Amino acid sequence: MKRYEIRIAGFGGQGVVTIGKIVGLAAALYDKKNAVQTQSYGPESRGGACKAEVVLSDGEIHYPKVRSADVLLALSQTAQDVYLKDLRPGGLLIIDPLTVVKEAPRSDIRVVKVPTAEIALRVGNKKFQNMVALGVLYQLTKVISRESLEKAIEETVPPKTLSQNIEAFQKGIEYVRE
Amino acid sequence: MSGNDHSAFEPLLTEEEAKKVVRGALPPGDYYLFGSDACVEGAIFAGCRYYAGYPITPASEVMEKAAERLPQVGGRFIQMEDEIASACSLIGASWAGVKAMTATSGPGFSLMMEAVSYAIMSETPLVIVNVQRPGPGQGYITSSQEDVMQAKWGHHGGGSLIALAPSSVQEMFDFTVEAFNYAEKWRVPVILLADETVAHMRERLTVRSKEEIKIIDRVRPQDLAIPYEKYLPYEGYEGDVPLMPAWGDGYRVNVVGLVHHPDGNVTKYSPEMHLACVERIFRKIENHADEIAQVEGSFLEGCRNLVVAYGTTVRSASEAVEELRAKGRTDLGFLRLKTLWPFPENKIRSLVGQLKNVFFPEMNLGFMLHPLKEALRDRVQQFIPVPCLGQLHAPDQIIGKIEEVLGK
Repeated sequence: MKRYEIRIAGFGGQGVVTIGKIVGLAAALYDKKNAVQTQSYGPESRGGACKAEVVLSDGEIHYPKVRSADVLLALSQTAQDVYLKDLRPGGLLIIDPLTVVKEAPRSDIRVVKVPTAEIALRVGNKKFQNMVALGVLYQLTKVISRESLEKAIEETVPPKTLSQNIEAFQKGIEYVRE
Repeated sequence: MSGNDHSAFEPLLTEEEAKKVVRGALPPGDYYLFGSDACVEGAIFAGCRYYAGYPITPASEVMEKAAERLPQVGGRFIQMEDEIASACSLIGASWAGVKAMTATSGPGFSLMMEAVSYAIMSETPLVIVNVQRPGPGQGYITSSQEDVMQAKWGHHGGGSLIALAPSSVQEMFDFTVEAFNYAEKWRVPVILLADETVAHMRERLTVRSKEEIKIIDRVRPQDLAIPYEKYLPYEGYEGDVPLMPAWGDGYRVNVVGLVHHPDGNVTKYSPEMHLACVERIFRKIENHADEIAQVEGSFLEGCRNLVVAYGTTVRSASEAVEELRAKGRTDLGFLRLKTLWPFPENKIRSLVGQLKNVFFPEMNLGFMLHPLKEALRDRVQQFIPVPCLGQLHAPDQIIGKIEEVLGK
């Protein structure tokens, strides 16, 4: 695999960094790819803009951040507004239509809308929104194996909520498979 | 610090979590770690058992990890009232015979300067991690390389110290180990000049075995069987470094911040003894710069234009160089400074010949360009700073500058 860039953006508290962390962990330790994950956020402790990036490659990764994203997962309107320009032509935009209400003003990309928060609520808590999004990301890109991702989820989330996290991840996969 | 029950200092863990606790340095293997965590693990690997600090974005994660890990390995963690106290307490810990570290960022680093100076004069080994953020003032909380000059010149008075600039999670571990080795070997404060990007980055870390990584401990007078009455606390032995006992070892422990004689005596002042004292603590670092300072070059054969970088900027710069070389610009070379202080002048001069242009991307307004200009004063036609504030350079920014000067 040549360089593959994923950007995840939303509000602080949506689990944006956790998605990045799990993708990176799964790729670097279990799929034996090179993976660098970076993150940025404002001074606010919650509610501010939040962004995580993962760069995957079979070769060495120099620049650790996104240059031209293959995927943008936008969980807030601001996230889409600010980062859409860095999505490469033919790239994939994943949004939650409940929070991202404006149509993406580009015709050269693929847009997939998934009500991640709503699906998470059906699993039991809106907090699992990020796992639904991770499932969607997996199913639409297949850049990391499902086994590795599930192992990384197990490694990362609190043991008490593991089954619900995995369920949310599966619901995400099923939603875009149908 | 063995034989004590440290469980009282540990956070409450569930049974499941307690089973996962590693009661020592990370065992060899592959990990996927956060840069700040790798720094703390490197410190523990090197033998650090004391951390005192005060939180500040973006260095707080180092402190959080230290708070979690040090009690687990029989060390001590203290949150101090401020950065002045943090740095001062490292001096005390170090003289008690313990390897000690703190982490901070810009404003906190400024507050530590007095203790850095005292540690230089008293020749106290310690490690200060500066996860740099932009300034001046409170500046912002993102990435920066604006404290590179402060690291060397921020403290009052003369003397010298060592500063390293890591660019990856692996180096957050490796360079922290090296920082402790340098601190112990040369009895000097060592600054790890990290930045927000590398401290908040996750990457694979390979931990090698204790057999593969050399750990250096300070040489004590008892190691050389120096008789108590013959021991001089501030007489340089091999490499101009004095021997350092800990309190309780039996030797006279003399922690001195005033100009002193080799026996630690601060009376009988003369300009000659002043010169001898300060000149030695300067010389022990600067005269060994070739041994201490590390640089790394690539594509230097036939190189007419050079890109120089250090710290996380290395990642953007090397990407830019490789991309331009692939497009046919094969006269473009790359030089990476691993050590910033002492400045690796001889090593740089031994690696490069006559050059047309030197491009130097830095997350500041061109600070390290000054010692570089001095080092290559007779070799370069034009020095070109490529500044970026508040975030890591995008490779396109560096490529753009190079193409602007050299043409597409």
